[in-house]
Amino acid sequence: MRCWERPLIEIIRLSVNGDSHEIGVPSHYTLLETLRYVLGLTGSKQGCDKGDCGACTVLLDGLPTLSCILPVQEAIGRQVTTIEGLADPDGPHALQDALDLTGGAQCGFCTPGILMSAAALLNVNSSPTRQEIREALSGNLCRCTGYTKIYEAVELAARALREQRPPAEVLRS
Amino acid sequence: MLPNFTYERPGSVDEALEHGSSEGAVLHAGGTDLLGCLRDGVFSAKKVVSLSGLEELRGISPTRDGGLRVGALTTLTGVASDPTIAERYTVLAQAAASAASPQLRNQGTIGGNICQRPRCWYFRGDWHCLRKGGDTCYAIAGENHFHCIFGGSGCYIVHPSDTAPALQALGASVRIASRSGSRTVPIESFFLLPADDIQRENLLEPGELVTEVLLPPVASGTRSVYRKVRDRGAWDFALAGLAAVVTMPGDSVETASLVLSGVAPKPWRAAEAEGALTGARLDAETIARVVAASVAGALPLEHNGYKVALVRGLMEETLRALA
Repeated sequence: MRCWERPLIEIIRLSVNGDSHEIGVPSHYTLLETLRYVLGLTGSKQGCDKGDCGACTVLLDGLPTLSCILPVQEAIGRQVTTIEGLADPDGPHALQDALDLTGGAQCGFCTPGILMSAAALLNVNSSPTRQEIREALSGNLCRCTGYTKIYEAVELAARALREQRPPAEVLRS
Repeated sequence: MLPNFTYERPGSVDEALEHGSSEGAVLHAGGTDLLGCLRDGVFSAKKVVSLSGLEELRGISPTRDGGLRVGALTTLTGVASDPTIAERYTVLAQAAASAASPQLRNQGTIGGNICQRPRCWYFRGDWHCLRKGGDTCYAIAGENHFHCIFGGSGCYIVHPSDTAPALQALGASVRIASRSGSRTVPIESFFLLPADDIQRENLLEPGELVTEVLLPPVASGTRSVYRKVRDRGAWDFALAGLAAVVTMPGDSVETASLVLSGVAPKPWRAAEAEGALTGARLDAETIARVVAASVAGALPLEHNGYKVALVRGLMEETLRALA
């Protein structure tokens, strides 16, 4: 961009993790760019930046969505949930604990996106089969783990949530 | 970062058509491919016109003739999970469910899926190819593993959509709006071959917009299936696929609609195979004749001869499953 071609700034209101933000964003920004560079929420990762890797996955009204190919205007009036909104004040989400326990996170770059896809699955299906987990995570690339430890983590978290026990305790039993 | 553009979010179809007709405007439905194309410079835009405010283009409803209207902005997830589509138009539900990834299906629309641009890596890459107004198809002497075996001439793209062949097999139509009115076109004649127009994949004129897909009523006893072969287990385009819609009231096939994906610049009707199947008993002898007829006229390039075998295999597997 040349210096005299200043981007048009728009003032928008965005709901992220239950907080309402009034912010100025360039009109060509994506939701991901807004999260990372305007709101400072850098948990959602900028990988391929064109919808090919899933690292930027957030929930839009509860559905896994690629924030790198979503113009920020499309998120106005909708509920955005990012990885920063997954844990509650008492501690990590069961999925986060489970991923830690099984060794499902290695380099960690895909992890926020994986967790959001997995969280959306567990919100609608409390006892997913291995095949349902594979399908739900099929839009998130991981080049480290080979996925097996991630699937085990989702199964562990699902059981922990069903039994209302911490994943570590489920693993010991 | 994306190139600089202005963003409009009209509240009515008329307003969207007004914006869409201005110079340098592109329409944004799900945007799953558009933003990548703008970022990679496949094409450019001064103005992006979002269709997401057009509520009337969303949703699935019955039509008076007993068919179904699918609004162009219905997501692929919406199409795949609709109970009526899953039950009566199974081939379409399966095709929508097989496309892309869960996230992309939550964002991508049926209208966008049938209007998407080809995935040829020369078209997508830094090559001034025929489809972009150049004078050479780089695939002919290049890496043509994923290119077409039917319908190529000058350009050898394949149409990337899974839902388009399913819609064609079902005999669907598309409704197109423009500032001068609207028209309904059978999907069979919606798509173009390179011989018709080497720079377009469909007959949409600038400023036109697909507003809905219309499915005709299905005859009782209709069975339909979409079968797709891809390199990966998920999140991949079809190397080859088959949308089959067959009515078989008794022992023999009354009507057969067999449309291939991933092998031609548009959804490819296997007309000779349909002829061999119609009126015949679905036995081993018929299946062998249909399989042979399904690849009649195939002209593979240097590296994509395997697609001929894939089409034969898809046809045989699908017919055995229906028998």
